[in-house]
Parts: sequence; structure tokens; C-alpha cells
Amino acid sequence: MKSAVMKTIQFNNIGRGVMYLAVLLLGIYLQRTGLIDDILYYYDDIVYLGRQHVELTLISGGLAVPVGIALGIMLSRPKFRNLSEWTMQGLNVGTTIPTLAILALSMSFLGIGMLPAIFGLFIASLLPIVRNTYTGLLGVPAHLKEAAAGIGMSSTQMLLKVEIPNALYVMFAGVRTALAINVGTVPLAFLIGGGGLGELIFTGIALLNTQMMLAGAIPTAMLAILVDILVAGLALLLVPRGVNPLRN
Amino acid sequence: MINIENLTKIFDTKQGVVTAADHITMQVPEGEICVLLGPSGCGKTTTLKMVNRIVTPTSGRVLINGEDTTQQDTVTLRRNIGYVIQQIGLFPNMTIAENISIVPKLIGWNKKRYTKRASELLEMVGMDPGTFLKRYPNELSGGQQQRIGVIRALAADPPVMLMDEPFGAIDPINREVIQDEFLKLQRLLKKTIMFVSHDIDEAVKMASRIAIFREGKLVQYDTPDDLLSHPKNDFVKGFVGSDRALKRLQLVTVEEVLETETAVVKMNDSLSQALVKMDDAGYERAIILVDDARRPVGYISRSVAQANQGDCSKHYANLRSVVRLEDNLRTVASKMFTHDATWLPCVNSEGILEGCVTQRGITRHLGATYKAVQ
Repeated sequence: MKSAVMKTIQFNNIGRGVMYLAVLLLGIYLQRTGLIDDILYYYDDIVYLGRQHVELTLISGGLAVPVGIALGIMLSRPKFRNLSEWTMQGLNVGTTIPTLAILALSMSFLGIGMLPAIFGLFIASLLPIVRNTYTGLLGVPAHLKEAAAGIGMSSTQMLLKVEIPNALYVMFAGVRTALAINVGTVPLAFLIGGGGLGELIFTGIALLNTQMMLAGAIPTAMLAILVDILVAGLALLLVPRGVNPLRN
Repeated sequence: MINIENLTKIFDTKQGVVTAADHITMQVPEGEICVLLGPSGCGKTTTLKMVNRIVTPTSGRVLINGEDTTQQDTVTLRRNIGYVIQQIGLFPNMTIAENISIVPKLIGWNKKRYTKRASELLEMVGMDPGTFLKRYPNELSGGQQQRIGVIRALAADPPVMLMDEPFGAIDPINREVIQDEFLKLQRLLKKTIMFVSHDIDEAVKMASRIAIFREGKLVQYDTPDDLLSHPKNDFVKGFVGSDRALKRLQLVTVEEVLETETAVVKMNDSLSQALVKMDDAGYERAIILVDDARRPVGYISRSVAQANQGDCSKHYANLRSVVRLEDNLRTVASKMFTHDATWLPCVNSEGILEGCVTQRGITRHLGATYKAVQ
């Protein structure tokens, strides 16, 4: 178990290193071919659309995290045990629907613009959060819950002091996956009129304009990495040391 | 004091109705350790867990110090009962200090008080607060974790403790050490304890009373000595083992079987005087030699005394072993077997001779309870 975790950490580190290296090499290449100036030509667009992009992520992700965690907690309660199995099955089927299809479905109900984009992104990022919160909470060993109950904790105290802290690492993994999906899907929001850096990417592709496409693609990639680092950093800080494989 | 009255638990399982505990009635007097003993699935754990209502009784009631627990809300009830489980159940997300302070915090102690209490408790089990307070459970050995499990249960000083095979997951050597520590602690704290075990040796060692369970029924509830000397039926006999008379050895201390009127010789007595004393006292083989402070130094054997002449100081043999007043007879018997001896001198804490333990004395003591019934 521990060595598996170590391996993922090492793999993450290597993966990240390779990504940094690729970005660096790309930069050198762009500079040498003079592409960097061509891309900076779109600076104002990058800033404007980048802000839209971040907005889409923040609003949809900011909604999905609390709602997903709340749903996950609710489904893990014994009261909802009958309901939860069905819901989880439903969510699992839901995860197989491509995000583009979710956006398209969302558009067919809500029309075009930012609202359907946010809604679609919200739905797409909700699933991993609910699933990880639920499985994380169910994975808290029964004897810990028995000890907590035997000591005289109320069910709320047990949830806050024992269950959530012990499930937090798994929950964070869900949030990380969700936000990775979210940031990765935001460019598609352009297709339903949601704006964002997708506008540069798709227009660039349509016009066979590589510079324009890269002006969208590079900031999108950087944003994705940034969000991943941020969430990983939060997990490192917030998950208590005794149950944090990254800190042992 | 814990009073259990007609406590019954019936589980509705898919295989049918299972009576896990069937009209259990028993009483644990204040300050005593009652060990619930039996094979797995006999209802001992269910009975224990009905006391703090982790398992809700189907019928019957539990009174703690005269108060009916059915009327109390479970949270308050449980905060007044220390609870130790086999898997220890330390919270891995909390430091040792936080783990110990949970109940004191829940019942509203201030920080200064619960921090001081945590250090105090760690010292009680011989762990350095400076080293351990800030650590996490996964940084401790199994034995250390279980000590923390026990002191966490003691933190708010509850009058009653429930322990569900608390030392079951610890290796045999550490288990002995922790059991001894716990008994020492208990002599100080005098909690009323219910303790589940499946190990007869642990039960005999820890218990003031033992309750033997079988298939949900309480079969026999007695002191360890009564249980071992008079098992009620074949099931209990089989459970306590065919060596039950030997197990009783650890329940008796040297003090109880000591023969205090021991004849001795001194350094400057002659061997012929030693022979006379041996004959007077009826010793067949040897007599103990003591110094002026009555500390045993050796023994004079009959054959030596007969074959030689002179002072005892020149002809004594060294003592092979001595026992102490507080040793139990199991230790004594073990020493006797090791040294091929039929008697051993007993000394007090200052090393002064108190008397003798003899094999005959031991067998007579153990046999007395059997005769009384026949």
C-alpha cells in the first residue's frame, strides 16, 4: 500500500518534471523561430479570454467542490445507505458520458452562453468529488468509528473529528481529478458560447493559424498545471500528518 | 458497581434469529475486574457492548452505580465509561496528546487542565511526555499504542471501564508487561472494570471474578480460585483446561503457604548441633544456615553433617534460590523444578528469612479447597 503510494508520488514527480522540461523546450523553440512574438501578438486576447477561462473554472469548480462533498457525506450516512448504492451506480454511468456530450446536453436545456457552460462544467466535475468523498468516508475503518462512538462522540463530532480527517486524502484526490477535468474541459465551453481560451484554440485550428492556436493552448496547459499544483499543495497542508502519505 | 439484569440481545439475521445474549444477570462490585470469558460467538462481547449501548439490548437493563442506563442519553453515558478495544482505535489523524485529550475536551475541560492530564497519564505508563505528546499513532509500536489506548480511556477519570480484548493484538512478551502495568495501575485507581478475553491465563491473572459464557448464556460466575477448583460442568472444565490445578498456583502467594516456624543454624553452631536441630524439627535432608541478621546464607545437608565435624561455617552449601513473600506459587514451583528442590527459603524485602515454602505445603493448600467440598 505504502510502496504503491510512493510509486505514484515518484511517478507524479517524474511526470511533472517531464512537463516542465517540455514547456522549457517549447519556449526555446518558440523563441528561436520567432513564434513567441507571433503569439504575444494575441496578448490582449490571452488576458481577456484567460480571465473568462479562470472565471469559468472558479465558478463551476467553486460550486462543484462544496456541493460534491456535501452530497458525498450525505450518501455515506447510514440513513441513505439504501439510496446511496443506486446513486453511486448512476454517478458511475454518468462518468462515462464524455464531457463534450455533457456540454451539448446542457446547451440543449439552457441555450448558449456562460450559464450552460458553467452548468455543464459543474456537472462534469461533480462526479469524481462525490465518488471520492463517499468511498473515502466508507473506507474509514469500522474500529475507528466504534472507538469514536464508544468514547461518547455525537455523530456530528465523529464526522468532523474522525471520519473527514481520515478520508481527507482520498477526498482531495477527487477534487484534484475534478479540477483537472474541469480546466481541461473549459476550452470546449467556447463551442457552446461560453468563451474562454478555447476561442483562440478552435479559431486557430479552423484558420490553420498555429500561432493563434498556441496562444490558447499554452496558457490552458499552464493553468492546468497551476491548478494541479495548488490542489496538491493544499492537500499537503490540510491533510493531518498522521494520515498523510505525502508527509510520512 | 455494574448491575446487569436479565440482559438479552436477539439479532435478526438472514440465517434466522440468533440469541447472542440470553437473560444475563450478573454484578460487578466496585473496584473489581470482571473478566468475561468464553469461545468466540459466546456472547461475551455483545454483553460488554450492551453496557455502553454500542449494542442496544433487546430486553433487560444495566445499572451503573444504581442508575439505570436505559434512561440516560448514550453520549453522556459513554463519556462516563472508559472504552478500550482490541484494535486500539487511536485516531491516526490526531497526535497522542489530542488522542488522550478527546474526552476531557468533549466534557469541557480547559486547555491547561487537559494538557496537564495528558502528561500525567503518559508518565503513569512510563512514557516520556516530551517525546510522545507530539507524535502520531503510526509512529508508535503496538505496545505503546495500546498503552495510549488505555490511558485515553482513563483520561476523564471514569468510574467504570469496558475493555474488549484490549491486549489481544500484542505479542506475548509485551502483553505480560502491559498486563502487569495495568494491574499496578488498577491497584491505585480501583476502577470497576469489565474485561473481555478468550484467554484463560489472562483471565486468571487479571480477574477478581470470571464469567464464563457459552452460546449466549452465563454458565459460571465465580472468583478465579473457585472457578478453577470447582468448575460447574464439563464445558467449564474443558475451557479452564486439565491443568487447572496448576493455574491456581498463580493465584496464591508465598505468604499464604509459608511455614514460619523454621529451625535454623548459625555460623558458629557445630555440625552435631545442626544434626540435633534437624532431628528435632523433623527435617530429613537439610537445615538453613543464617547469619547474625537472620539472612539465609546457605544450608547444611544431613549427609555432610553426619560425615564431617566442626563448625557449620566451614561445611555449608550455597542456597540455590530464594523466594519472596509476594511471589506467586507458579514462580515458586518453577524454581523448585529448576533446582530439583522440595523446599525453598523465603525472604522479605530486606533479605531476612521469613520461613520456608515446601512442596507438601503447596499441595496441602491447593488440596484443602477440594476436601472442604467433599
